[in-house]
Amino acid sequence: MIKNFFASRWGIIGVGLVIGILAPLLQKLGNPGNMGICVACFERDIAGAIGLHRAGVVQYVRPEIIGFVIGSLVAAYLFKEFKPRGGSSPITRFTLGVFAMIGALVFLGCPWRAMLRLGGGDGNAIIGLLGLIAGIWVGTLFFKSGYNLGRSRNSHPSSGWLLPLAMLGLFVLILVYPQVEGSAKSGVLFYSIKGPGAMHAPVVVSIIVGLAVGFLAQRSRFCTMGAFRDLILFRQTHLFGGVVALIVAAFASNLVLGQFNPGFASQPVAHNLHIWNFIGMVLAGLAFALAGGCPGRQLFLAGEGDGDAAIFVLGMITGAAFAHNFGLASSPKGLGPHGIAAVVVGFIVCLFIGFTMRKKI
Amino acid sequence: MSDVIDARGLSCPQPVLLAMDEMKKGRGGKFTILLDSETSKENVTRAAGTQGWSVNEISDQDEEFKLELSRG
Repeated sequence: MIKNFFASRWGIIGVGLVIGILAPLLQKLGNPGNMGICVACFERDIAGAIGLHRAGVVQYVRPEIIGFVIGSLVAAYLFKEFKPRGGSSPITRFTLGVFAMIGALVFLGCPWRAMLRLGGGDGNAIIGLLGLIAGIWVGTLFFKSGYNLGRSRNSHPSSGWLLPLAMLGLFVLILVYPQVEGSAKSGVLFYSIKGPGAMHAPVVVSIIVGLAVGFLAQRSRFCTMGAFRDLILFRQTHLFGGVVALIVAAFASNLVLGQFNPGFASQPVAHNLHIWNFIGMVLAGLAFALAGGCPGRQLFLAGEGDGDAAIFVLGMITGAAFAHNFGLASSPKGLGPHGIAAVVVGFIVCLFIGFTMRKKI
Repeated sequence: MSDVIDARGLSCPQPVLLAMDEMKKGRGGKFTILLDSETSKENVTRAAGTQGWSVNEISDQDEEFKLELSRG
């Protein structure tokens, strides 16, 4: 019945293994510590590169993100799954994207990075993942009581192309305004001279890995939020197999590459405020659950033509701008000055959405 | 005639939730579900498998799928 190999159990496990190997390799080739791939961090870096925020240490157009969307687009076209659609409460999805990003930046990583941090030995990731699971669990309670954002409708193919085209536009900007050694600006783009934004694999490697991951993830429907949601909601282990494979492969790859450093203190781009690592990810997990996908999955869906997922992506990028402009994002030194207030507001907004948006379909 | 559930245009996890609810109610042991994405089709098929229901694809036209689920 299911003809797509990547949607089989071994398919999704294979994709998890590939991502778990590629991410530590990206780190070896220059990406920041335990950040071979981090969808939230990389979208935040893009927000900085185009000047939506001006946090000097996190400004870089990450080719991985561009590759995720375009790789998915290519896979969707090859397998006749490109399906332009939208209109399932876009403003709600935008809002969820904003607060998903804020929650992730309080923890310092999205679910992808939480798993890669765990695979790199960062014990704080365990707390973050527990928070993620708690947030998703709250989300499943809303689903059980009828929460939904309504139906999407089919749309013009060109509308499905808009986010992929925007990503191609960013890639053109990288080519036109490449990084200049020691300079914080090249043409219209901002670059980091120090900090995580200054650490990156060569552009060509990043884009190729991004395209490969985007392609595979579109075929397999890999989702780091759905993995836990399906386990909690349906007792289904299908997607869960993918994330376990990712963690195991990342752990093994980090051991081989000499990047495994177990402990809680002094982990790369991390803090060890346990309560806020937990609570930040509860907020992110809840927002991802209510929006129906982890940040990676939203990029892959956007590549398939899902305009609602594209809006969520734009919400996350906007959320990153708020997070740094308003001092909401954490840093290795600890919480941002207004991080706690933002998390409180985020919970109020997510609960408002969860409680009020239910109806008979 | 068996019940028909329209899950077109719904995003994850709604199609599976609707299918699971219907399987748990189990009235008549048979129903039809309308879907509009390959992903939903895979997910519903997988969910039916875990519940011991069988899936029969009735039609696949214009990116719309009609599946018939029956117990056993």
